[in-house]
Amino acid sequence: MTAASVDNPAPVRSHRRLLVKLLAVIALSFAFGFALVPLYDALCLVTGLNGKTVGVAAIGVGGLSKPVAAPPSRIDRSRIVSVEFTGTVMPGLPWDMKPLTSRLDLHPGELHQAMFRVSNRSDQTIVGQAIPSVTPGLAAQHFEKLDCFCFAQQTLAPGETKDLPLTFIVKPEIDEDIRTITLAYAFFNTVDAKSTAKKLVTR
Amino acid sequence: MNTATDVADHHEHEHGAPSGIMRWLTSTNHKDIGTLYLWFSLFMFFFAGALAMLIRAELFQPGLQLFQPGVFNQLTTMHGLIMIFGAIMPSLVGFANWQIPLMIGASDMAFPRLNNWSFWLLPAAGVLLIATFFVPGGALAGGWTMYPPLFMQGGIAYDMSILAVHILGISSIMGAINIITTILNMRAPGMTMMKMPLFVWTWLITAFLLVAVMPVLACAITMLLTDRNFGTHFFDAAAGGDAVMFQHIFWFFGHPEVYIMILPAFGIVSTIIPAFARKPLFGYVSMVYAVASIAFLSFIVWAHHMFTTGMPVGGQLFFMYTTMLIAIPTGVKVFNWVATLWRGSITFETPMLFAIAFVFLFAIGGFSGMVLALVPVDIQLQDTYYVVAHFHYVLFSGSAMAIMGGVYYWLPKWTGHMYDERLGKVHFWLTAVAFNITFFPMHFLGLAGMPRRIPDYALQFAEFNMISSLGGFLLGASQLLFLYIVIKCARGGLPAGNRPWDGADTLEWTQTSPPPYHSFVTPPLVK
Repeated sequence: MTAASVDNPAPVRSHRRLLVKLLAVIALSFAFGFALVPLYDALCLVTGLNGKTVGVAAIGVGGLSKPVAAPPSRIDRSRIVSVEFTGTVMPGLPWDMKPLTSRLDLHPGELHQAMFRVSNRSDQTIVGQAIPSVTPGLAAQHFEKLDCFCFAQQTLAPGETKDLPLTFIVKPEIDEDIRTITLAYAFFNTVDAKSTAKKLVTR
Repeated sequence: MNTATDVADHHEHEHGAPSGIMRWLTSTNHKDIGTLYLWFSLFMFFFAGALAMLIRAELFQPGLQLFQPGVFNQLTTMHGLIMIFGAIMPSLVGFANWQIPLMIGASDMAFPRLNNWSFWLLPAAGVLLIATFFVPGGALAGGWTMYPPLFMQGGIAYDMSILAVHILGISSIMGAINIITTILNMRAPGMTMMKMPLFVWTWLITAFLLVAVMPVLACAITMLLTDRNFGTHFFDAAAGGDAVMFQHIFWFFGHPEVYIMILPAFGIVSTIIPAFARKPLFGYVSMVYAVASIAFLSFIVWAHHMFTTGMPVGGQLFFMYTTMLIAIPTGVKVFNWVATLWRGSITFETPMLFAIAFVFLFAIGGFSGMVLALVPVDIQLQDTYYVVAHFHYVLFSGSAMAIMGGVYYWLPKWTGHMYDERLGKVHFWLTAVAFNITFFPMHFLGLAGMPRRIPDYALQFAEFNMISSLGGFLLGASQLLFLYIVIKCARGGLPAGNRPWDGADTLEWTQTSPPPYHSFVTPPLVK
C-alpha cells in the first residue's frame, strides 16, 4: 500500500464506453429473441417441423384456389396410410364444426376428398377462417391439398349449415415410418382476429 | 470516523457505514449490497424450501392428503421459480458483490448506484411472486418453464409473475453490466486477466451469459404477455402461432441459465479446494478455457430439453452430440479439482467438506445428465423423477452446496468472527446425508416411470417416496441450523484475524476481517 492518493485510483478505463457496448449487446440479444419467431417460421417452412402445410396460407388470401397440380403418376399400393380428421372452433366464433369423414385409409398417391360440416348457431352473418395443422409435423410437406375450404374465408348466414370439401393427396414420397396422419382444423373468427388474419397472409 | 452525522457530512470519504435503515436503502457500498443480496436469497431459499416441504408432505403417501392437484401444481411451480430466480441467482450475485472488488483489488463496483437499484428491484419482484398465492385463481401452476398453451389459461397471477420475472431479469442484466465493467476496468495494477482468481473468471463469463440470454427470456415472456392480453398469437396454434416455438425460445435462454447457476459455483469450489489442499489450483489455464467452452456450448444444446416434441432425427442427433460434448470441459474441471487435491496437505474444515461433496455429488448429477442426453433414454425418462433427481443433484448438491461452502469460507472475512466449526460440520453432514436420502431414491422412481409434477402416484412407488420425504424433512430442518450458525457468527465469535485459512492467497485476505467499509482505496500492486 504505497503512496498513491485516494483521488488517483487504478488506471482509469472508460466505464461509459464499455457500458454502451454492453447495452448494444443487450439490445441485440433482445432483438434476436424476437427474430427467432420469423427464423423459426422459415426453418419450419423448409423442414415442415411444426405441421404447417406448405404454401397454403400464401395462396389462401382473397379466395383464390390453388391451381390443381397434376396428380402424381405413381400410386404406392404397397402400403396404407390412415388420415384422421378433427375440427375445432375457437372461442369467439359461435359455430359448430365436425368432420363428416373422421378417418380415411388410403394408398399414398391416391386422390381423396373429405367433407366437413359447419353451421352458424348465431343470428348474424359471420366470416370464419380455418387453419390446418398436420401431425406428425414431418408429414406436412407430403400432405398436398389440391383444394381446400381453408384456402379462403368462409361466410355463413345466420343459422346456415354448409358442407365444406377438402381434396388432397398424400404424396408417395412420405416417410415409410408414418402410418397415421392427423389433420386438425381450427376455425376462428376473422373479425376478432384481424391482425391474425393479416399475419397469416404473410405466412 | 464513527458517528452518523460525521458520515452524513463526508460520506464520500473513508468513514464507516451510515447507521439505521437508510444505510441499507440508499447504500452504494458493494459490501452492504452483497450482504443484502445474501440475506434476500436466504429468505427466499427458506420460502421456496418451505414449499418443497409441503410437496414432500403431500407425496409422503399415495393418494391426496393435503392438497388438491391445482394447489400442488402451484407448489412445484413456485418452488422452482423462486429457488432459481429468488435464491440461487441472487445469492451468487451477492458473492460477486462482496468478493469481486475484494479479489481484484478494486475499491467498489463500477456503477455503485446501479448496484443499489439492481438489488432493490429484487424485493419488489419477490413480493409480487409471493403475492400470487393470494390472488383469485392462485399462483402459477403450469411449471416454472411457463409453457403455453397452459400458461394462457391462468388468472391474474400469471400476469403478475410475468412482471416479476421481467423485474428479476432487469436486475440480473444490470448486475451483469456492473460485474463485467468492474472486472474489465477496475483490476488492481499488475492483475492481468490470467492472474485473476478463478471465481472472478467464472463470474465474468457468467455475466456475459446473463447479458446474452436474459433479454431472450424477456422476449419470450413478453410474447406470453401480449398473447394473453393484447391479441397477438405467437403461441396460439389455432391462429397460426406455434406453442412449440415458445419452448425453443425459452430453452435458448434456459440452458445458458443452467450454467449461469453453476459456473460461479465452480468458481467458489475452485477457490476453496486450493486453500484447504494448500496447493495452487491445478491447471488454472485449462480451467479458464473449460469454463469458456461450457459457456459457448450452452448456446447450442437447448433442444435437448425438447426431444419429445417431434424433432427430426437429424436435430435429435445434433443436440445429443453437443450435449455430450459438454462432458469434456466439465470433466477437465473435475479432474483438475481432483489433481489439486493430489498430494495436498488437506484439512477438512466445513468449507472444504462442502467443496469435496460438491465435486462428488455434482459429478453424479453430471453423469445422470449424460444418461438423459441419450435421445432414446430421454424419451423414456422425459418428465419423470429421474429428471428431478438429475437437476437437484446439479442444483442443490451443485450450486446450493457450493454456495453454503462459500458462505462458510468467507463468513470470517465478512463478519470478522469465526463461525462455530463444530456446528458447521454437523450442518454439513446432516445436509449431505439428508440430501442423498431425499434425491437418490428419485432416480429409481424415475426409472420405474413415476411422472413428475403429479400429487398422487401408483402404490409401487410408496416406499421410495416415503424415504424421500423423510430425507426431505431432515434436509429442510438442517437448514435451520445453517441459519442459526450464520446469525451466531454475525453476532459474535472468536476473532477471525486477517487470514483465518493459511492456504488462502487471494487479495481479500490482505484486508482486515471484516474489511474496512471502503477497502482498497489505494489499489494494491499485484506481482
